[in-house]
Amino acid sequence: MKEIFAFISKEFMHIFRDRRTTLIVLVMPVVQIVLFGFAISTEVHNAVVDVLGDMSDPMVQQIVCSIENNEYLEIGKILDNPDQMNERIRKGKAMAALCFENGFDRKLNSEGKASVSIVSDGADPNSAQIVSSYIKGVISSEQLNITTQMTGGGAATMRPNVQLMYNPAMNSSYNFVPGVMGLILMLICSMMTSVSIVREKELGTMELVLVSPVKPFWIILSKLTPYLVLSVINFISVLLLAVFVMDVPINGSITLLSLVALIFVGSSLGLGLLVSVISSTQQTAMLLCGMGLTMPTMMLSGLIFPCESMPVALQIFSDIIPAKWFIIIVKKVMIQGAGLSSIIKELSILTGMMVFLLWFSIKKFKTRLS
Amino acid sequence: MENREKTVIIKHLVKRFGDFTAVNDISFDVHKGEIFGFLGANGAGKTTAIRILCGLSKPTSGEGTVAGYNIRNQQEAIKKHIGYMSQKFSLYPDLKVWENIELFGGIYGLSDKQIAEKTTKMLKALSMEDARDMFVRDMPLGWKQKLAFSISMVHDPQIVFLDEPTGGVDPVTRRNFWKMIYQAASNGVTVFVTTHYMDEAEYCDRVSIMVDGVVEALGSPSQLKERYSANTMDEVFTKIAGRSIREE
Repeated sequence: MKEIFAFISKEFMHIFRDRRTTLIVLVMPVVQIVLFGFAISTEVHNAVVDVLGDMSDPMVQQIVCSIENNEYLEIGKILDNPDQMNERIRKGKAMAALCFENGFDRKLNSEGKASVSIVSDGADPNSAQIVSSYIKGVISSEQLNITTQMTGGGAATMRPNVQLMYNPAMNSSYNFVPGVMGLILMLICSMMTSVSIVREKELGTMELVLVSPVKPFWIILSKLTPYLVLSVINFISVLLLAVFVMDVPINGSITLLSLVALIFVGSSLGLGLLVSVISSTQQTAMLLCGMGLTMPTMMLSGLIFPCESMPVALQIFSDIIPAKWFIIIVKKVMIQGAGLSSIIKELSILTGMMVFLLWFSIKKFKTRLS
Repeated sequence: MENREKTVIIKHLVKRFGDFTAVNDISFDVHKGEIFGFLGANGAGKTTAIRILCGLSKPTSGEGTVAGYNIRNQQEAIKKHIGYMSQKFSLYPDLKVWENIELFGGIYGLSDKQIAEKTTKMLKALSMEDARDMFVRDMPLGWKQKLAFSISMVHDPQIVFLDEPTGGVDPVTRRNFWKMIYQAASNGVTVFVTTHYMDEAEYCDRVSIMVDGVVEALGSPSQLKERYSANTMDEVFTKIAGRSIREE
């Protein structure tokens, strides 16, 4: 037992004596969460909207005024020709422009219809879509007011009341906290474990350890334990950041959440061990983890792109990524407050993956030794 | 050699990997306190044979004991009673000198008290008392090599395997290192050493030269030189290893 203890404490020394490793292991998770939380937000704030039209027109004034009052939008310049409008969008000074036809108010009152067009910067389709839908929303609510005024309030109108369950404020952190948590745990467990094992192969110390009386299983265990401990610390710090900084609630049971995280960590450690068996240099291990594990996890686990909108082949491929199931479960437990019964399918898949990965990689690791 | 106790006994050892016979029926004995040179070109089967002797791999057929334990079924016991030093003098570079000693002492199951005693004794013998808190990565290669050798014997093994222990080291350091080997041998430790330097082969009590998985020659350097009518071990080696038909 003493030899195992000596081994594990040595492993911690490797981590804390190398500033880079310490940084990756303890600071990166915090940075990632904060980055995703504040910088990389899919919401659009303070989008600049230019106006092309006659500002003396009362109806135009009214609409511009309500755009100005919208918390996501901001009026840029009042322009008088389309060239200026193109110029400003091209230079990125405005995100969208609103073009009113001449005599907007008069036409609306006399003919009952007037046209306004929304021009937005399609070079960035995501933001363009979001901004135009904000503007559309403002216009249609103005429209409703006008209709009510003109018909004396008796018009039959339908006003859709959109309600987002679990995330009424459409907080994008509700999506990325589970995602980033999956990414961090996977990165720490697979990359750090594999690199630390492969480094020992490179140094030649692995040989020394193998000719020692310590059994291979204990060598593996003592290699995995430190990263397991660090994952626990990271898991806790991500949860704390999520709750106290990002305002993401933990609606479900923390025990269940921790159990799920532990299972996911197990599968990631298995992956790391597997990578270490395959690779003979640290670079290979790093590349394999980066391109082979992190990239697919980022792209296919639903963290950035929803799995449902992927081609069938990619959807099937995404099913073998443990992080996908982990993220689904965390969303359910953390955000929806789901209990064990509603995650039983995903949990079984994840557990199966963990058992297989650990069994397979330990077996491979041992045969590689003899 | 006045003491004829045998530390290694190998009889008809064979190791096959599929169709390939890496070690083809080799037999030899090594005595206690002997410096046994294990020579051979790359790919001659040296490494495979050493792995079997260290308890890392099982022979396909043949019998043998190392430090009195059977190479077939007492591998764990063998591991406890042998020391090993690789050609990279591998120690943990990011651990201090005393931490490396403590770690390997711990791995071999020494008590804290034994480790403390060993550390003091070892550093004194190496005149490295001042380097106790030094990181191994900051040490000169020669020091690292000596430390690695001492650490490989931290648990007082009966036999120590040295795999090309002097690779990449200057001649003076190499000579000093051989003094340590003689020291260990005179204390009764059997030294099993592989090398590519033929001048070092001259320092060994006995030398075996492997060619294509077979021990082609075995004897003291002077016997071998006489038998192959050569002036140096280098000539002996060239004559014998030149017979190899196996690709490297």
